[in-house]
Amino acid sequence: MERPLTKHITIGGDPLNLAEYEKVGGYEACRKSLRTLTPDNILQLVKDSNLRGRGGAGFPTGLKWSSMPSSQNSPRPRYLIADADEMEPGAFKDRILMEGNPHQLIEGLIICAYTVDTEIGYIFIRSEYTLAAERIRKAIGEAYEKGYLGFNIFGSGFNFELRLHVSSGRYICGEGTALANSIEGNRAVPRHKVPRQTESGLWGMPTLLNNVETLCNIPHIINNGSIWFKNLSKCKDGGTKIFGVSGKVKKPGAWELPMGTTIREILEEHAGGMLDGLKFRGTLPGGASTDFLVEQHLDVPMDYDSVQKAGSRFGTGTMIVLDDHTCPVGMVHNLESFFARESCGWCTPCREGLPWTAKVLKAIEDGKGEPGDIEILEFHIRALGPGRTFCALAPGAMEPLRSALKFFREDFDAHIKEKRCPWS
Amino acid sequence: MLSDEIKSEIHCGISACPTRRCAILEALQIVQRHHGWVSEERLKAVAEFLGLTVEEVDGVATFYNRIYRKPVGRHIIFVCDSVSCWIMGFENILDHIQKRLGISFGETTSDGRFTLLPIQCLGACEQAPAIMIDGQLYGYLDRDKIEAILGGYE
Repeated sequence: MERPLTKHITIGGDPLNLAEYEKVGGYEACRKSLRTLTPDNILQLVKDSNLRGRGGAGFPTGLKWSSMPSSQNSPRPRYLIADADEMEPGAFKDRILMEGNPHQLIEGLIICAYTVDTEIGYIFIRSEYTLAAERIRKAIGEAYEKGYLGFNIFGSGFNFELRLHVSSGRYICGEGTALANSIEGNRAVPRHKVPRQTESGLWGMPTLLNNVETLCNIPHIINNGSIWFKNLSKCKDGGTKIFGVSGKVKKPGAWELPMGTTIREILEEHAGGMLDGLKFRGTLPGGASTDFLVEQHLDVPMDYDSVQKAGSRFGTGTMIVLDDHTCPVGMVHNLESFFARESCGWCTPCREGLPWTAKVLKAIEDGKGEPGDIEILEFHIRALGPGRTFCALAPGAMEPLRSALKFFREDFDAHIKEKRCPWS
Repeated sequence: MLSDEIKSEIHCGISACPTRRCAILEALQIVQRHHGWVSEERLKAVAEFLGLTVEEVDGVATFYNRIYRKPVGRHIIFVCDSVSCWIMGFENILDHIQKRLGISFGETTSDGRFTLLPIQCLGACEQAPAIMIDGQLYGYLDRDKIEAILGGYE
């Protein structure tokens, strides 16, 4: 099985420097793109590859790139941002890619920048990713020295400047428009979705935002073609995916596997199954802001459409596992407390509703729940749902709660009836 | 209030910024690297240096959890309290650190050695429970490991 993204990554080891990266074929895709391919050629390749965004929403990458306005008569400069602000609880895939092979990301960025004609790029990284930032900084320096960043890259006449932006915190920066506000030096609150960032993003200029893992795939698509890329996958979405598992399994970790690998295979074969004495009860398949899936879903393939059909979201593809000795109410309380703290406060339903939700869950968990509390939670699931809030934070926060009430309702009821947490 | 060294660092850092506002966070990060936190006086000095109002700068500063507007200790301990670490029992780790140092979240030890803060998922879920001290990640924690780790910070 091919593992293009992690082939040259040694967990716990040093990443390849520029010379070593080139020795294994690095920057060949970049050289080929800038010297022999037109932006339209590359765009078609990316579209044909069926690569979908790895940040969580799963939007087709080629389509997103083609929504950048044409270069002619376009205001300038145009911007490209790599979203390296990985903060979804349960997700740790981009950290592995950045720590493990920073040049792969930089190469993806240069090819993308050339394709959509942007002259300035940012890697927006969270401040806790200190090792990743250090390695990217060094790699950017090497790339500038070699002339792979800056002016007239590979003699093509194409210029691209790349900056590393270390964030000052807050989960909301993972929301694309809030991220743009943060780079501009504002409070990271979201902006209106219309006009799209590709029309009016950073400082009102055309701006394209892509996730780290998405960009890391680009050099491999250029080198090997779209058919090869599609064949890596077990479903119609192209490529491999870095899947992760955390929770009480034997071998928590991350593995690059074909898109469409089943939850069961990831959990049992790669994560080694549950710790002895514990049983699987459920999983948040794509990070904290996705709906629980349970035992009946174990054979669901991990790809965007299948997970959605099963009632959840593919998200970041990094699963959090709930076992039968851990309290689902306590888990959801932890999740909602997180979302309540991370609400940016911009819109009222999110700012007020999330703390209320967390408070009711705390009362239930502490044995102080009352009849009617479940209805209060259900009210919030509706009131903070899609379309009721300014951005996707609160609707995302409601996904694990909604599904917990669906699959673990008897646990909530037991807490309220017995006036205690049955697990404590 | 701002040393020449800080001023030149800010100057260098903002050369690529298209607006002065865009330099706020970088300038505050630089002040913090030198002084640990951003005092009222230094915040005013940053505002003046960038030609912005105090309100513009403080409005940004107070939004972000990694800009400190209160004094912090020589070392900052971040305890991940997100879901994977919760499942793996971060509360035991936290309890142990709190008892050992005699401080709760948001507090600093009386000798100024440690400040204890919660942090959103550190992106080290496979190593849960995890903490970070001064940018250094520690995973697969238990009580015994905490002792040895804390001992390494004076």
